[in-house]
Amino acid sequence: MTRLITSGFSHFILFIGILIMIVPVWMIFASSTHTGLTINTHGLQMFLGDSFYENYMRVLLYQGGFFKEITALKMFLNSFIMATGVAILSVITSLMAAYALVYYRTKYATLLFWIIFVTILVPLELRIFPTYSVMAELNLVNSYFGLIVPISASAIATLFFRQFYKTVPDELLESAKLDGANTWRFFVDFLVPLSKTMIVAMLIFMFVFGYNQYLWPLLVTSSEQYWTVVMGLKMMSGSIVHRFAFVMMSMVPPILIIIVLQKHFIKGVFQDK
Amino acid sequence: MSFLDLKNVTKIYPNGTKAVHETSLSVDEGEFMVFVGPSGCGKSTLLRMVAGLEDITEGDINLDGQLINEVDPSERDVAMVFQNYALYPHMNVYNNLAYGLKNRGIDKETIEQKVNDAAKLLQISDFLQRKPSMLSGGQRQRVAMGRAIVRNPKIFLFDEPLSNLDAKLRIQMRLEIKKLQQKVGVTSIFVTHDQVEAMTLADRLAVINNGIIEQLGTPIEIYNNPESLFVAGFIGSPQMNFLDANLNNKTLSAENFEIKNIDSDYNGEVTLGIRPEHLIESENGLINLKVELVEQLGSDNLVYGQIKNIKDFCYRSPGNQTIKRGDTLSLNIEENKYYIFDKSTGKRVN
Repeated sequence: MTRLITSGFSHFILFIGILIMIVPVWMIFASSTHTGLTINTHGLQMFLGDSFYENYMRVLLYQGGFFKEITALKMFLNSFIMATGVAILSVITSLMAAYALVYYRTKYATLLFWIIFVTILVPLELRIFPTYSVMAELNLVNSYFGLIVPISASAIATLFFRQFYKTVPDELLESAKLDGANTWRFFVDFLVPLSKTMIVAMLIFMFVFGYNQYLWPLLVTSSEQYWTVVMGLKMMSGSIVHRFAFVMMSMVPPILIIIVLQKHFIKGVFQDK
Repeated sequence: MSFLDLKNVTKIYPNGTKAVHETSLSVDEGEFMVFVGPSGCGKSTLLRMVAGLEDITEGDINLDGQLINEVDPSERDVAMVFQNYALYPHMNVYNNLAYGLKNRGIDKETIEQKVNDAAKLLQISDFLQRKPSMLSGGQRQRVAMGRAIVRNPKIFLFDEPLSNLDAKLRIQMRLEIKKLQQKVGVTSIFVTHDQVEAMTLADRLAVINNGIIEQLGTPIEIYNNPESLFVAGFIGSPQMNFLDANLNNKTLSAENFEIKNIDSDYNGEVTLGIRPEHLIESENGLINLKVELVEQLGSDNLVYGQIKNIKDFCYRSPGNQTIKRGDTLSLNIEENKYYIFDKSTGKRVN
C-alpha cells in the first residue's frame, strides 16, 4: 500500500513535469490553427481551430524579408542544406582527426588532442570576426560553403571518436595488418563500420547543432536567398498566428531526425559498441 | 639454411628494457616449434618480431631464404592466431576468413572455394553467416585458426591461443591443433606458458627465461636432461623437488642422506633435483617422508610431505596404494634419476 502511494506520488511529479514541457508547445500549436482575430480578441487557445491549412500554407509560401525574396520553404531548404552539410563534414573530419590522433603514434598526439579539445572552450562568438574576415577574403560570404565550412570542425565529435578508437583492441589492427590491410583499408574496413552507431549519433548531434545556428548565418549572409529557419524566426513579421505556425514548423526537422534515428542515437551515445 | 632462421635477434625497448637477448634459432620446414616460459620472459616478443609486429633492435630474421627484417607484416606471408582471437566483430565468419584473401586480390570463386575448404576442415561450415559475437569460445578459436589456414601462409604463429578456453576445451583444441598441423604441414611456432601444452604439441621446444633461450630440444630430451635449474623446475608436472646439498669428491651429502660415486667433478654447494615420479618406495630407503597431504588423482596419488626441514616434498605413488596423512614413507631414488645443479649459476653439473 505504501509502495502504491510513493509510486503514485512520483508519477504525479513526473506528470507535472511533462505538463510544464508540453502545455506551452501545445498552446502555440492550438493557437496557430486559429485566425489572427481570435487570438487578438480571446488570447491564446487550448483547442484546435479550423485555419490550420490556410495559416501554414500562407507561411510556407509567403514572400518575406525586406526585399520580399524569401519564402519559409526556401528557409527550410537552406537550413536543411546547412545542417546536413555541417553534420556530414564534421563527422568526416572528426573521424579522420581521431584516427590520426590514436593510430599515428607521434610524440605530440596527446598535446595535439588537448589543443583540439581546448577549442570547446572557445565558442564561435569569440572567433567570429576573424572567421568572418577569412570568409570575406575568400569571397565566400553569401554561399552555402561559407555557411557550412567554418563551423564544421567539432572537438566534441573528435573526442567521442578518439575515446571509442582507444577501446578498439590493438590485436584487431595487428590482425588486419597480417591480413594485408594498409592504413587506409584499416580505417575504411574496420574503424568506420565499427563506429557506425556512433557516426549516426554524431550526425544527429551535428545536424541539430547546424540547424540551430543563428549568429553565424546572420553574419555571413547578407542576401535573403541564404536565410535559414532560425534567422527567419527573428525576421518573421506579420500576424501572430503565422509566427506561431512558423515556430511549430521550425521544430519539425530536428524532431523528425531524432525520431527516425533514435535507436542508433541511444546505442551510439550510451554503449560504445 | 633452414626455413626460419633467427640470428642474434635482440629486442630492446625504448625505455632500455632488454626483452630478448641475442637469440639464434632455426626452425625447419613443417616443424612445430613451441616457445615456453613464464609470463614476461620475452617469448611473445620473439614471436611478434617474426610476425613483424615488433621492430627488431639487432640481428636478422630469414624466412624461406629471404631476409624479412624490414618487410612489412602484410608482405611477410605469415598468419597469426591471437590470444583473444582478434576476430573482426563486424564481419561474419565467411568474411573473417575471406578478408585476407580479398586484400591479396584473389578472385571471388577461388576465395569461396578456399573458405569453404577451410570451413569444412575446421567444421565451421554451419556458422559461416554468423557474427563472431554469436559463437562460443571454441568456435571462435576455430574461426581464428581458419583465418590463418585459408591463406596458406609460409608460417603459422600462435600466441597463447588456448588460454581463454576452459580446461576441457583446451585439451580438445590442443589435440585438434596438433592434428591439423600434421595434416596441413605448415611450419608453426606456438607460444605458451603452459608446460603441458608445450610438451604435448611440440616437435621441438624452446624454454625461454628472461629473454634467453635456456634450452632447446625435443620435449623428451628436455624432460630427461634439463640443462639448468630453471628448465628442470619449469618442465614437468608436478614440479621437480629441489633440495640443498653439498658435493665433495663425487659424494653428495644432503640433509640426512648421502649419494656416492656421482659422475661429476664439481665441488661445492649444489641443488639436488628429484622428480616426484622418479621415487620408489623401498625398505631402508634414502629418504624418510612424513606424509602431510595426499591428492588422489585415480591413476596415481600425489603425496606431499616433509623431510626434516624441507616442506612440500612431492612423491607420485601408484593409484592403488592407500597412503594416509601421518604415515612415514621410506623412499629411494631410481637409479641415476637425479639432477645436480650448481647452486649459484643454476647450471647442471652431473
